[in-house]
Amino acid sequence: MANVEMTGSEIVIKALQDQGVEVVFGYPGGAVLPIYDEIFKQNKLRHVLVRQEGGAVHAAEGYARSTGKVGCVLVTSGPGATNAVTGLLDAMLDSVPLVCLCGQVPTHLIGNDAFQEADTTGITRPCTKHNYLVKSVEDLPRIMHEAFYVASAGRPGPVVIDLPKDVLMDLGKYMPPTKVKHKSYNPTIKGDTAAIKEAVALMAKAKKPIIYAGGGVVNSGSGASQLLKQFTQLTGFPITLTLMGLGAYPGSDKQFLGMLGMHGTYEANMAMHDCDVMVCIGARFDDRITGRLDAFSPNSKKIHIDIDPSSINKSVAVDIPIIGDVAHVMEDMIKIWRTSQSKINQKALKSWWKQIEDWRAKDCLAYLKDDKIIKPQLVIQRLYELTKDRKDVFITTEVGQHQMWAAQHFKFEKPKHWMTSGGLGTMGYGLPAALGVQMAHPDALVIDIAGEASILMNIQEMATISQYKLPVKVLILNNQYMGMVRQWQELLHGSRYSESYMEALPDFVKLAESFGGVGLRATKPEELDDVLMQMIETDNSVICEVAVAPEENCFPMIPSGAAHNEMIFGAEVDTENAIGEDGMVLV
Amino acid sequence: MATTSIYGENPLSEDVHTHTISVLVDNEPGVLARVIGLFSGRGYNIESLTVAETRHRQGLSRITIVTSGTAMIIEQIKAQLGRLVPIHSVSDLTIEGPCVERELALVKVDGVGDKRVEALRIADIFRARPVDATTESFVFEIVGDTEKLDAFVELMKPLGLVDLSRTGVVAIARGPEGMSGQD
Ligand SMILES: Cc1ncc(C[n+]2csc(CCOP(=O)(O)OP(=O)(O)O)c2C)c(N)n1
Ligand SMILES: [Mg+2]
Repeated sequence: MANVEMTGSEIVIKALQDQGVEVVFGYPGGAVLPIYDEIFKQNKLRHVLVRQEGGAVHAAEGYARSTGKVGCVLVTSGPGATNAVTGLLDAMLDSVPLVCLCGQVPTHLIGNDAFQEADTTGITRPCTKHNYLVKSVEDLPRIMHEAFYVASAGRPGPVVIDLPKDVLMDLGKYMPPTKVKHKSYNPTIKGDTAAIKEAVALMAKAKKPIIYAGGGVVNSGSGASQLLKQFTQLTGFPITLTLMGLGAYPGSDKQFLGMLGMHGTYEANMAMHDCDVMVCIGARFDDRITGRLDAFSPNSKKIHIDIDPSSINKSVAVDIPIIGDVAHVMEDMIKIWRTSQSKINQKALKSWWKQIEDWRAKDCLAYLKDDKIIKPQLVIQRLYELTKDRKDVFITTEVGQHQMWAAQHFKFEKPKHWMTSGGLGTMGYGLPAALGVQMAHPDALVIDIAGEASILMNIQEMATISQYKLPVKVLILNNQYMGMVRQWQELLHGSRYSESYMEALPDFVKLAESFGGVGLRATKPEELDDVLMQMIETDNSVICEVAVAPEENCFPMIPSGAAHNEMIFGAEVDTENAIGEDGMVLV
Repeated sequence: MATTSIYGENPLSEDVHTHTISVLVDNEPGVLARVIGLFSGRGYNIESLTVAETRHRQGLSRITIVTSGTAMIIEQIKAQLGRLVPIHSVSDLTIEGPCVERELALVKVDGVGDKRVEALRIADIFRARPVDATTESFVFEIVGDTEKLDAFVELMKPLGLVDLSRTGVVAIARGPEGMSGQD
């Protein structure tokens, strides 16, 4: 077998199969026709035809994040590749493992401004973890396998393979995947024992500790979440999660303080600010998390566990860095904690919890109820209540206020059930991501919580959803505004709502029907539960539009340029002066 | 208006130091673009950069980068370089012990009479060799550390400096050990 010559395209398909790829999200074009021909001739690998390449990448992201596998994308040269760029950067910032195969013009035409030529490796260099231009069919099997290794090893990320058409048609020998150590890329997996011991000693002495965990826990696998839970319960420490980390620790547990950061809870942010020992696990001190850096948790010693050395000491200086995979480090940490018979200062911890309960009592997510108009927060709360007893519920979101309300009010019990665009904040992410999730989990309830503006950015994927009979649910919180933009305009620009009102919206019910789905609409609070139930129980794709209060703001909020202990709240805001001049230059 | 950005500000804003960093990379297309793109994309300084294949059999090149920044930025630079896939190893020669740094320059000076004599005399003091000569010009080749080259160039300016080409710094650690990651 190994000596049989195959075409480049055959090698590509064989390598994908050997890598365990079951689904490829793609869109054909001239440069990749040889690969499409091979797809046609086999039936192991499923191809999902999206309606725009950007959709393919987000779909692969949803697939990857809900399964822990590498997502796979296939696009043509030129415009196919450039359409994929946003999704690649999205995957880069949120550490999603992807392999994206791009067609390229034949090698002899590269550099000639040939038809549909793009410098794909040049364009994608800063938005991929790594990329390859395959110059010869001899290199193809090695590069194919290496790409899957690079995408998933260490901190995961997207990898592009640029495939000139002649390479796809040349004959070469296939090589199956090997277990040989990579010559240069070998991330550290096991944490340094001395550092872990030091960290344990520091934690045991803590009076006001907090665990701050993120997407790295989710990426490290379900074992990591189990270990995180074990450790948190062993120590009795309070825990907060980043937007990317939601689900890494059970959302309804009493040690969980909710999400932290710009729209995080008061108790989480105050605890971060006042703590004396911070244990950061698989998170990266993003600016949405820290707020004003020079006022970030000023009196704490910081422990940072991360697989990516470049995440350590990037913006916040830490006292004990531990480089390694979260699951491995947590396992060692629990062992060392137990063998060293570490005892916590229970009295101090108790008064710390007392302080936290006081912050909690502020009930920072509260909002003014209304019996005439549906409040967006209520929609999420009701959706959670109506679905929480179901086995498999996956939530994706678009970007905006609805995304933050979803993060605040929906409780995630398990990792890999929450897919949102965190680092890049890409509107249009949620619908294709939901499609990808549903492909991986055909029987699950998959809901894209959307805004009426974001949903239009990739609405064409409704056709994909229809073609593959995917029962994806789209729940649109229609506030008739780019709500998050309007909120910032209210806070920063004297309520001058420049270009943020959504005019000429489609009739979403008819839109759903035109794509072969079911359209639903709720406009009054008393209709809400029935409509949501109808959506949940429909065995077809649904667009469910809920008319919500147009000018509702998303609170609490750390205004840009402010510190964790300077949050503003729903009921009491002087929105005119909420953000100072310093904050205005920030995004 | 105090326009402090939460992005650029270093919380421990310290002194800026110059570091010489050696990087061993696969000699493959695009690898230099990855390194340079990392510096430009993240706003790091490049004061000098040299690259050439040093291990033909293994297909490895050595890049020497002279950069400057606070301790935290230098640490970031090394970590960011370290996570590029084709990079085998990263050494900070400035902190890992004593090292030798050398640069080569070709310096073209034109002039006649006294100036010409004076240029030759100074070149001799600096151990710069004439590698090309016409009746009214010289090209000197000079090797040394950056300061020595700077000093020579300064002295040549009034004597008719017309052109200058420099290699940038190459560096190597003192002592018996080779750089890690070579085999
Ligand atoms: C592709 C893209 N363009 C622009 C933005 C900036 N942006 C952030 S939120 C937002 C408005 C989103 O409106 P909508 O989807 O209706 O959500 P809402 O905030 O109203 O819930 C915009 C324009 C973005 N995040 N992504
Ligand atoms: Mg909206």
